[in-house]
Amino acid sequence: MYAVRQWSVRHARGLNAFYRAFESVLVALHPLFERLGYERLERPVAAVEHTVKGLLFDCRMCGQCILSSTGMSCPMNCPKNLRNGPCGGVRANGHCEVRPEMKCVWLEAVTGAARIPGGMDALQQVQVAVDRRLEGRSSWLRAVRQRVGDLS
Amino acid sequence: MIFEDEPVPGYPLPIRPGHTSPGRFERVLRAGQFAVTTELDPPDSADPEEVYRRARVFDGYVDAINATDGSGANCHMSSLAVCALLTRVGYAPVMQISCRDKNRIAIQGDILGGAAMGVCNLLCLTGDGVQAGDHPQALPVFDLDALTLLETARTLRDEHHFLSGRKITHAPRVLLGAAENPFADPIEWRAERLAKKVAAGAQFIQTQFCFDVPLLRTFMNRVEDLGLLDKVFILVGVGPLRSAKSAEWIRTHVPGVHIPDEVVKRLAGASDGALEGRRLCIDLIQEIRTIPGVHGVHVMAYRQEETVAEIIQRSGVLGGRVPWNPGRDPPANTNRMASGPTPSAALEPTRS
Repeated sequence: MYAVRQWSVRHARGLNAFYRAFESVLVALHPLFERLGYERLERPVAAVEHTVKGLLFDCRMCGQCILSSTGMSCPMNCPKNLRNGPCGGVRANGHCEVRPEMKCVWLEAVTGAARIPGGMDALQQVQVAVDRRLEGRSSWLRAVRQRVGDLS
Repeated sequence: MIFEDEPVPGYPLPIRPGHTSPGRFERVLRAGQFAVTTELDPPDSADPEEVYRRARVFDGYVDAINATDGSGANCHMSSLAVCALLTRVGYAPVMQISCRDKNRIAIQGDILGGAAMGVCNLLCLTGDGVQAGDHPQALPVFDLDALTLLETARTLRDEHHFLSGRKITHAPRVLLGAAENPFADPIEWRAERLAKKVAAGAQFIQTQFCFDVPLLRTFMNRVEDLGLLDKVFILVGVGPLRSAKSAEWIRTHVPGVHIPDEVVKRLAGASDGALEGRRLCIDLIQEIRTIPGVHGVHVMAYRQEETVAEIIQRSGVLGGRVPWNPGRDPPANTNRMASGPTPSAALEPTRS
């Protein structure tokens, strides 16, 4: 929901801190996940992730979440799917060129990033092209497996 | 300007140490000249002569010609085809690639194909949304964005493989460019975004229209603070406005183009709006060229391309230099052995 999404950007600092702690818990649960089987967990976890992040961020389940690097403003809500910064068509009132009723998600990202410690540096990271095969899959499980070195 | 190792038109120059392309445009930039680029309005036609006619009006005044890729999301002849026609007779086109209409498979194929046909410069763009153009019912692709497109092109060129990892045998030797809009929000982060594009591989930048020099100066100061001035060639976008009315229309209808009130007032106060628009453009060019780190101008004169020569001439930025054009070289002055295959008479590219 648009209003909740904007609330999330205003509370980027808290949400980022919460996610950091949450991810550590998930990482600690890695042995359990492994025993249960990541593939078996994929669907239920993705469903929970979709519900929670859908509510907070209008998450599109790209499966390779970078919210911590974009000030808690989901770049997949950009009609051009821009993951590396705004396009040149931002309107004078800060709204989107394609969807004039919506504020540019990258304007939100920059304000959100300023609230997160190290957030402005994270914005400078060049994000690689989206892997469309991951659409619909859980970013949480992927993050855990990346942290423990299970995935490259 | 004439380089001592001039090839036959349509054939590449040798690549000098420190250069990434066999193109004239990179030569001009690296020689420290003030470069001039412009934009060719691609025809709604399959007639090649239309392309040549549109290119000819710039002869002797521009170092490179941008071939737009469905600009404004309107359908025209493709940028790849326009470039292929232009390189045939020796012009230095900048092939624009927009992420709106093609996925990464098509784009990488076009980069190889463009380079094979003599394209030495790419401009990596995100592209306008389809809602802006004449086919709003089309599927917007946006598989890549401008940054990942830059990275993709750099991977092809420097690492000699596709995004998939599959090897390519002959890398595209291209100069990589990107766009930037120093006049749109988030204005305080635009220089950082430029830094990101440079990190992703951008070697030159062509900016959105500049009608506000103080804003440009602020942006350029920030670019300097970020240590980017010697890492990227910046060409500032300029163009003649036709009248106060058209300026007003552009600033309300074209997202991302910022025109200050004083500009509209200056045009409104003039008896001949179009003449005043050209004068304003010349004044802007002369002011912009003094800003440290500005390496040239990109003149966008949509549907008034014939004014570009006069504007550049009167601005004096070329300082007597005559950029290459098909009419320049007497045949004896061209170096037939420059590089690549020795063209036989039958293979030699001809004008029409």
